[in-house]
Amino acid sequence: MTVSQTSFGSHDSVLEVRDLVVQYVSDTRAITAVDRVSFDIGVGEIFGLAGESGCGKSTIANSIMRLLRHPALIAGGSITFGGRDVLAMDTDELRRFRWQDVAMVFQSAMNSLNPVMTIGDQMVDIFTTHAGYSRKESLRRSAQLLELVRIDPARLRSYPHQLSGGMRQRAVIAMAVALKPSLLILDEPTTALDVVVQQEIMAQIKDLQRELGFSVLFITHDMSLMVELSHRMAVMNSGRIVETAAAKTIHASPRHPYTQALMNAFPPLTGPRRPLRGLGDDVTFGDIPDLEEVTPGHFVAPAAPSLGASL
Amino acid sequence: MRFILRRLGFYFIAFWACITLNFMLPRFMPGDPVSRMFARSQDRMQPEQIDQLRRLFGVDDRPIWEQYINYIGDVLTGQMGVSISRFPTPVTEVIASQIGWTILLGGVSLIIAAVVGNLLGILAAWRRGGLVDSGLPPLLIFIGSFPYFWLAMAALYLFGVVLGWFPLRHAFTSGLEPGFTGEYLLDVAHHLVLPALTIVLVSIGGWMLGMRNTMIATNAEDYIIMAEAKGLKPGRIMFRYAARNAMLPAVTSFGMSLGFVVGGALLTEVVFAYPGVGYQLLAAVQGLDYPLMQGLFLTITAAVLIANFLVDILYVRLDPRVRTS
Repeated sequence: MTVSQTSFGSHDSVLEVRDLVVQYVSDTRAITAVDRVSFDIGVGEIFGLAGESGCGKSTIANSIMRLLRHPALIAGGSITFGGRDVLAMDTDELRRFRWQDVAMVFQSAMNSLNPVMTIGDQMVDIFTTHAGYSRKESLRRSAQLLELVRIDPARLRSYPHQLSGGMRQRAVIAMAVALKPSLLILDEPTTALDVVVQQEIMAQIKDLQRELGFSVLFITHDMSLMVELSHRMAVMNSGRIVETAAAKTIHASPRHPYTQALMNAFPPLTGPRRPLRGLGDDVTFGDIPDLEEVTPGHFVAPAAPSLGASL
Repeated sequence: MRFILRRLGFYFIAFWACITLNFMLPRFMPGDPVSRMFARSQDRMQPEQIDQLRRLFGVDDRPIWEQYINYIGDVLTGQMGVSISRFPTPVTEVIASQIGWTILLGGVSLIIAAVVGNLLGILAAWRRGGLVDSGLPPLLIFIGSFPYFWLAMAALYLFGVVLGWFPLRHAFTSGLEPGFTGEYLLDVAHHLVLPALTIVLVSIGGWMLGMRNTMIATNAEDYIIMAEAKGLKPGRIMFRYAARNAMLPAVTSFGMSLGFVVGGALLTEVVFAYPGVGYQLLAAVQGLDYPLMQGLFLTITAAVLIANFLVDILYVRLDPRVRTS
């Protein structure tokens, strides 16, 4: 299960998403939240998905684990994981697929722990359900996992409210890597935390990734964080991907006006001061066309001519 | 442990306040309740019984603090005077003879209604829009909206008179020797079915709807989605993650209801001629039987306080967030 970093960019992909369409359906109308989105994640690769709130990032994450609930509905496209069609899995297959193959750290990890169960019991649940270990063996492994994220194993007996926000988030990360999944989805894992804790947690995720070699789908609106962590990334707007390339490429030469706007929304830490421009002040997007390859590995949606933006 | 002691202290103070109120009420009442009672009992009372009643109702000449201390002593040693309506039985004996039936009837129907109602609520919320969710609540609310005595009499007529499946009255067949024999217990259970069933029918809808609504809110919590993502089995998510959290408000209302069971179920007792505290209380009010009323009030208050204390202890076990500090 160890995969070297060099596999980045190779053709072995863990996850293939093709033309995914997700709609939120009501009696009178359907809103398309994710529109014909396609991307691959290679073995051991960290793939970033950026975009503003409501652009469909989390909906994609939930689609991959098939966690969408009514009224959300996968209306088209395919999701293939290690050659298996995720959308065709039956209930039992899906249950085993979850957490063993793909695990997820949620946006609000603060609230993703059951308040009336100890951390230990919630970790033991994973092992007894998927691996069939005894309670004792599960507890032993849970203690190891907590040590892995530098939490005192005595905390197994703690309840979630007795841990700090950062510890809770680390405990969730420990749970996520419990079964050594080949893909870890991080859905804005640090949004609710302050910058110092955020830094610690990202460093920890990086270490774990190096150690265990899983692929990561990293979702955030924090472009600087994403450029730092990801190998390759995609920028989304209103349910469509507008640009995808190696993270360094996008950082160095963002092509799409929305990507540029998103990059400009964060102040650079170094360099001269300059006025920031808000998102959407001068860029609105209607129908976003399909991506075109501008340089090898760098795909950009042609900006609509009406915008007058130059590529 | 400190939490429990603190709660215990709180309930002790509440109980003391309630005894004190009970002490003061007859003393503030206009007129002289004791003379009215004397008039009703028509000289059947012994002089010492009259004396104790006078003490109980403060119609003696001692200073008020002395009366108060005496009163508390009387209450704590269970001397609540003699019942007027059931003269010359002491109040404690009247209550003791009825309370067993009240607890049996109220307890059994409350437990059945709460357990079944909550389970149905859990199921309805889990399969939202399913058969249990769309069919049962309207039906149960419909049944629950009947006036209780009407429903009880309809059940009595249908199952008791027409079909003859269940006895028409009383808690057991008269002439049967009470005791822990299979025959007696079976007879008691047989007599219990109709009264308990009618109470369950009218109260179950409330339990189900309450549980269903909390459970729906809980199902939207992040930890439920996380549990699903963890690939846990549906049954485990439903009970250990969702229902376990959603049951907390239900536990509180169960505790409250448990305390009020002791108050009796007046209408049930009347329709099914079932023994119980509720009818005694009515008789006491009608017969101006102040000692019995006071005794019943004290019993009900004590029961509510004890039930609440038990729920407090249980709650600490159920919700770790209460345990802190």
